[in-house]
Amino acid sequence: MTILVIAEHDNGSLKAATLNTVTAALKLGSDVEVLIAGANCGGAAEAAARLAGVTKVKVADAAPYAEQGAENVAALLVDVIKASGYSHVLAPATTFGKNILPRVAALLDVAQISEITAIESADTFVRPIYAGNALATVKSSDSIKVITVRTTAFDAATEGGSASVEAIAAGAELSQSKVIGRELTKSARPELGAAKIIVSGGRGMGSGDNYRAVLEPLADKLGAAMGASRAAVDAGYVPNDYQVGQTGKIVAPQLYLAVGISGAIQHLAGMKDSKVIVAINKDPEAPIFQVADYGLVADLFETVPQLVAAL
Amino acid sequence: MKILVPIKRVVDYNVKIRVKADQSGVELANVKMAMNPFDEIAVEEAVRLKEAGKATEVVAVSAGVTQCQETLRTAMAIGADRGILVETDADLQPLAVAKLLKAIVDKEQPKLVILGKQAIDDDANQTGQMLAALLGWPQATFASKVEIGAESVTVTREIDGGLETLALPLPAVITTDLRLNEPRYATLPNIMKAKKKPLDTLQPIDLGVDVTPRLTTLKVVEPARRSAGVTVADVAQLVEKLKNEAKVL
Ligand SMILES: Cc1cc2nc3c(=O)[nH]c(=O)nc-3n(C[C@H](O)[C@H](O)[C@H](O)COP(=O)(O)OP(=O)(O)OC[C@H]3O[C@@H](n4cnc5c(N)ncnc54)[C@H](O)[C@@H]3O)c2cc1C
Ligand SMILES: Nc1ncnc2c1ncn2[C@@H]1O[C@H](COP(=O)(O)O)[C@@H](O)[C@H]1O
Repeated sequence: MTILVIAEHDNGSLKAATLNTVTAALKLGSDVEVLIAGANCGGAAEAAARLAGVTKVKVADAAPYAEQGAENVAALLVDVIKASGYSHVLAPATTFGKNILPRVAALLDVAQISEITAIESADTFVRPIYAGNALATVKSSDSIKVITVRTTAFDAATEGGSASVEAIAAGAELSQSKVIGRELTKSARPELGAAKIIVSGGRGMGSGDNYRAVLEPLADKLGAAMGASRAAVDAGYVPNDYQVGQTGKIVAPQLYLAVGISGAIQHLAGMKDSKVIVAINKDPEAPIFQVADYGLVADLFETVPQLVAAL
Repeated sequence: MKILVPIKRVVDYNVKIRVKADQSGVELANVKMAMNPFDEIAVEEAVRLKEAGKATEVVAVSAGVTQCQETLRTAMAIGADRGILVETDADLQPLAVAKLLKAIVDKEQPKLVILGKQAIDDDANQTGQMLAALLGWPQATFASKVEIGAESVTVTREIDGGLETLALPLPAVITTDLRLNEPRYATLPNIMKAKKKPLDTLQPIDLGVDVTPRLTTLKVVEPARRSAGVTVADVAQLVEKLKNEAKVL
């Protein structure tokens, strides 16, 4: 039984989500390989080889994988999986993994098991459905289990390994989708998915200027990542990648501060596994208080500056 | 150019779902059903492309029980020209849906298929990508902007780090994200008109597709509830609790 983890990386290093995915893989068995598809991705490959428990790193370092487009990477994965006979193929349930892995599953004619949060056995997994309001235990009858992993449900793998690194041949470049632009949010703050503390703002912030003026000093003080509700993103206060929730990012930090967020089920789906939740909202009936460990019923524009001063 | 829009009938997003006592699933009897919100966005986008003269016909497709007809009528009230129902009581999983849709695409020969990125019941986020794979077509998932050319389409995608723009040759598969558009409300005259639009029904067997599930649900349970917290009086008390009780500062 050999398990393959598809690494998410930026060629130079691994994304944090890959580390959680390796931990999930190690719960399935001890023979865990990591595949890196990229261009000039030696740095990511070396980082993968250093992860404790990884036995081998396969690297396809070639131009077709420079942008990690779904069509080229999926075609490569299908070839690699068919040639090597893996029992399980895992990727993080991030926009990267969600984009590519279903394509792989369909080409292999197997189901994908999305966003698992627990592993019961080699063929049985737990996954949330209905925005996390129910947990389904599902058993797969496919010969290869193709799985995306909810990263918040598994710890990050640690260093201490020394796996062998093996170069593999690239496939022919498919002339399908082409990346013609990227507008990545630049931030010196920690990644939302990996942050210990998250400060999140909702429609109650009133504007993008308010969001920045009021919440950034708090995030600075706490060394926190910044998040938002859908309403704040839709209203243009912050970029799309700030959205926490059922259809945004799933987070589980040590501390989540929800400021001016009502707590719709779609938002709760993305943050209710946080260790400690603080809610600041002027409406005592706001549903966010039902999941908050500490609730402060107050006007955020008065309270948040006080909080910054008190820290 | 013909556009195909697959739509799923799901529990309305406002409904607080309940897990059945026997752990066999979620209570669906007497629960309000609606079109998956991402699919409304997909229908809206296709209809706007038609209104802009970029598409000639919008065909909505749904796979599932007889009542999916209502969902198809909703799509036609938004502006889809006709509907196709693949009728079955079977438990349909994304791979099976993708195979059914592939068979419909083979028949209908659309240049573009626009799906939702995710059904809010199974939260699978798979079908569009699987369909693209089965067709051997390019894909652009999580779209927040779509611009159609004669033989290509440019799509801006919402990704974890921000935005990414792709150029794809047609035919192609697109899945919608929340910011793509704001779906219109169907007006009463359009709801009436939709009743007269063509709706074809066929069975999975007519399409030669085996829809047998690959995943068996062993049980469905409620997640652990968070225990109720406390209301703090002021900022000073909040900081004190976070430091000394929760020990997270
Ligand atoms: C298909 C679908 C997917 C969705 N996915 C997501 C998702 O992934 N993530 C997500 O977040 N939502 C999602 N939503 C939207 C969700 O249903 C809610 O609409 C959204 O979360 C509401 O955002 P909000 O809490 O910021 O706004 P509101 O519900 O408007 O709440 C604003 C809150 O701010 C408080 N407030 C206002 N002024 C102040 C003040 N001065 N001081 C203190 N408090 C104040 C108010 O009391 C109120 O509680 C989705 C919806 C759909 C249909
Ligand atoms: N039974 C169905 N009938 C028609 N379209 C579907 C069906 N199931 C899923 N889809 C489409 O596939 C998208 C993604 O669904 P899923 O992969 O289940 O999250 C939905 O938003 C729909 O566009």
